[in-house]
Amino acid sequence: MPHIDGAYNLACYLTRDPSLSEDIVQNAFERAFRAFGEFRGGSPRAWLFAIVRNCCFTALSARNKQSLRLVSEASLAQDDRDQISNFPDDGDNPEESLARQQEGLTVRSALEGLPEPFREAIVLREFEGLSYKEIVEVTGVAIGTVMSRLARGRSMLARALLEYREESSSPMHEVPR
Amino acid sequence: MNGCGEFGPLLHGFVDNELDAANVVRLENHLKQCTQCRDDLVDISRLRAAIEESDARFEAPDRLHERIAQRFNPKPSARPIAQMKRWAIPGASGALAASLALLMLLPIQTQSTVDREIVDDHVRSLLSDHLTDVRTTSQHIVRPWFNGRIDFAPRVPELAGAGFPLIGGRLDYLNGRVVPAVVYRRRLHTINLFAWPAEHSPNRTVERDGYTILEWSDGGLRYAAVSDVGKQELIQFRTAFLTKAPGE
Repeated sequence: MPHIDGAYNLACYLTRDPSLSEDIVQNAFERAFRAFGEFRGGSPRAWLFAIVRNCCFTALSARNKQSLRLVSEASLAQDDRDQISNFPDDGDNPEESLARQQEGLTVRSALEGLPEPFREAIVLREFEGLSYKEIVEVTGVAIGTVMSRLARGRSMLARALLEYREESSSPMHEVPR
Repeated sequence: MNGCGEFGPLLHGFVDNELDAANVVRLENHLKQCTQCRDDLVDISRLRAAIEESDARFEAPDRLHERIAQRFNPKPSARPIAQMKRWAIPGASGALAASLALLMLLPIQTQSTVDREIVDDHVRSLLSDHLTDVRTTSQHIVRPWFNGRIDFAPRVPELAGAGFPLIGGRLDYLNGRVVPAVVYRRRLHTINLFAWPAEHSPNRTVERDGYTILEWSDGGLRYAAVSDVGKQELIQFRTAFLTKAPGE
């Protein structure tokens, strides 16, 4: 079945909760199959992702009602930062693969720290390769907004990555503006 | 990374291959005189490469694949023909079949996006004075030039004898990866030949916006030739390409 990975990746970045995302994706596929009669052309993948996105927001608001306190984005980003510093040093992995995983975690954490609209635009564009038109179909915003969100989101992401690199006190990197 | 003033967002539309031709020309003229925007363009590409190389994409666990497969296709081991018989039953399973069929058709949708990118890359190469990074009529220069820049080795035969002189090569961006573009001429027309690793699949011909794309597989690579010469001439080109022995 195509697009399960893409749907799961989108849900993970929107909810920042991988185990909740599994249920969301399964639920979204159920809905997609049931609602198939409502599909009115365009990109089927964008249509499916729009359903995933709705399921994410529904699940998040349900969880927030249950939960006694809301977790602010800023504190989540701090949690993620702690996670990176506590990342287990798996001796079985070759060093290169470990470095790659840590780089993955850094990009992941930096991306998870971005405000939702920017995070979403980058995930859809960079990981799933959606065109601007498809991103419009998923998010319902104007195409110019997609472009400006990507512009701002990429700037914020580059800045966040730079901060991580400086924190990890690696040798000098070239500075992305 | 947001360039100078009005050109900021356009830089992103440019790297995403989303600008119309007029804006591409406008931006490229601006880039000639603005170092800030040129630097930002490099930074954006570097960031995109860092994301791509990072493994930051979440992959669905196998159990999720299995759960969805079991839910919508209760006998995953059933042979295709048996499945088609089951799909033929009208009613609920018919709707399910239609849904499944639709989702299975998705690669074709994606294909049309790639086709558009191929045409866009071709048009941009003609508009932007950036047809070739390495300009030579010798395959012995073009092929090694790609070494180390891409991780596979496309064939670069010299086809001047068949009326398609080799002009050179450059790197381009297609379907989310860096690909080699080999440039040939046909009289006054230009042919861009792209290549990327892919499983063998049937030849395709697509007409799009007055351009023709011809795709074929050879030696573990997929080749796509795009040009405004007619379909017949592109077929001649492919025949010349395929019959020219490597290294000849």
